Amino acid sequence: MHVVVCAKQIPDPAAPQSLDADHALNRSGKQILDEADTYGVEMALQLVDRAGGGEVTLVSMCSAADVAGLRNGLAMGAARAVVVSDDSLRGSDALGTAKVLAAAITRLNPDLVLAATESSDGYTGTTPVQVAELLGMPSITFAKAVRVEGATVTVERQTEAGYDEVSAPLPCVVTVTAGVVEPRYASFKGIMAAKSKPVEVLSVADLGLEGQVGWSGARQEIISVVAAESRAAGEKHVDEGDGAQRIVEFLDSVKVL
Amino acid sequence: MALTSIWVVAEPGEGSLTSTSLELLSAARSLSDDVSALTWGEAGASHAAQAGEFGAATLFDVGSIGSALPGAPVAAALAALVGERGAPDAILIPSSYDGRDVAARLSARLDRPVLTNVTGLRDEGGVVTEHPVFGGTQTVSARFSSTGPGIVLVRAKSFAAEPAGGGPAAVVAAPARDVGPSGSAVIVASHVEARTGPKLEDAAIVVSGGRGLGEAARYALVEEVAALLHGAAGASRAIVDAGWVPYSHQVGQTGKTVKPTVYLAFGISGATQHMVGMKGSKNIVAVNKDPEAPIFQIADLGIVGDVQKVLPALIEALKARA
Repeated sequence: MHVVVCAKQIPDPAAPQSLDADHALNRSGKQILDEADTYGVEMALQLVDRAGGGEVTLVSMCSAADVAGLRNGLAMGAARAVVVSDDSLRGSDALGTAKVLAAAITRLNPDLVLAATESSDGYTGTTPVQVAELLGMPSITFAKAVRVEGATVTVERQTEAGYDEVSAPLPCVVTVTAGVVEPRYASFKGIMAAKSKPVEVLSVADLGLEGQVGWSGARQEIISVVAAESRAAGEKHVDEGDGAQRIVEFLDSVKVL
Repeated sequence: MALTSIWVVAEPGEGSLTSTSLELLSAARSLSDDVSALTWGEAGASHAAQAGEFGAATLFDVGSIGSALPGAPVAAALAALVGERGAPDAILIPSSYDGRDVAARLSARLDRPVLTNVTGLRDEGGVVTEHPVFGGTQTVSARFSSTGPGIVLVRAKSFAAEPAGGGPAAVVAAPARDVGPSGSAVIVASHVEARTGPKLEDAAIVVSGGRGLGEAARYALVEEVAALLHGAAGASRAIVDAGWVPYSHQVGQTGKTVKPTVYLAFGISGATQHMVGMKGSKNIVAVNKDPEAPIFQIADLGIVGDVQKVLPALIEALKARA
């Protein structure tokens, strides 16, 4: 079984974030593999194991100059990575990104495509399903469990009330939630092996997408960025055994007791 | 200048349209005199009265989609409608599980962008969307830079749902066509998690727990406080991911948006992901042992202390009051 995992490198969420003058997210610092994607990588590795063979390929749109985050996915056990890297991709929106990923994925002819439900930087949460529509594949989002039997994938999909069991024929796009599996730590051997695993680099021209991606393809624009109305901090007390009493007094003061 | 027309994807809920759908219809009405709704399911047409009451003149009814996941067939029906009737200025879609699928598939079908995580809408000669970024500290305003339809995913509780008192909407059949293999994901079974007390998103008091609880078993203390206050129990993403509590309890960017009278956060540091989902609460009480925890920046009452001591004491104090 061949599983493609859509992987995104993002600025370290622990570091302060800012927008550039053109309103794109500042990505000049160190890029890391989005933690949300490590669940997809782990799930893919487990599914390939259970299927008794196959491999996991990472697909990403990022600068080929910095693929350290993808190397983490390779160190976990993915076999190779395909990177679409091109200056003209700057400013791409979710649909532009989906076009790039779909074009890269279709060359790989996978049985299953996994992605996170949303990235931890842009969190639009639409790209994987746009990829599915562009590829003419079914999709199942918000998976909290995934199993493959023969040519069918069955997913426990989160709902407002609990979860639905949803199945679809392969090939299919599935988005996984954080916590769906426990991502493995890369072993020393894995980290060493990752250094020599293949990372194929493709351009926008290689995919035949000139003019459809980047700023020109986005067809939406940010017109302003302003500080939001902020909530003022109220009182802060250090608990000296009276914390609970203070909460009760507060609840009294707002008349909810 | 009002917008010419707006369509709202109105999700069928239990016996009525979902509350977010009604919020979107109310918002659409304030931007345009020509509002239509689209719904689906065997009972689709039964929502005509409610859709009309909240301002839709027309209710497009996709009809039964069998056991298919709604994303693909509903997007196909919308795309067909755009083809037949021309594009509205905007298509507003609830930012729900199925709503996100509909928006993404429609976007790819029509080759139109989606603006996501929208919490405000304005008319400036075209629809302008407002998006909270960086944990809600900044607001981005955006617009579509070419002709419609603009596809907009709107977060729950961004607008008040207010009936306009209109008569039933005219029902127009809008079947899904040419869905193809995209629509082959089917629901085999549904599992409902047991719940007591009010729904998280409707509760006047929400009591949430996070990592600071230390271990899964202590979430029972959070539930006990919630029960004593007749509220609902919520959770941070961290403890949902850790498997301590089901996802249905999650408050935040990827979970539910809540705006209760009082939000009590126990052992939650206040990651941006969490704050986006609860900072609209009327009053916020936070207990955390880290005096620098970001949650204190928005708390009306902050207690720097150990939740493992404060929670049992609070339970006793509330029982004494009962």
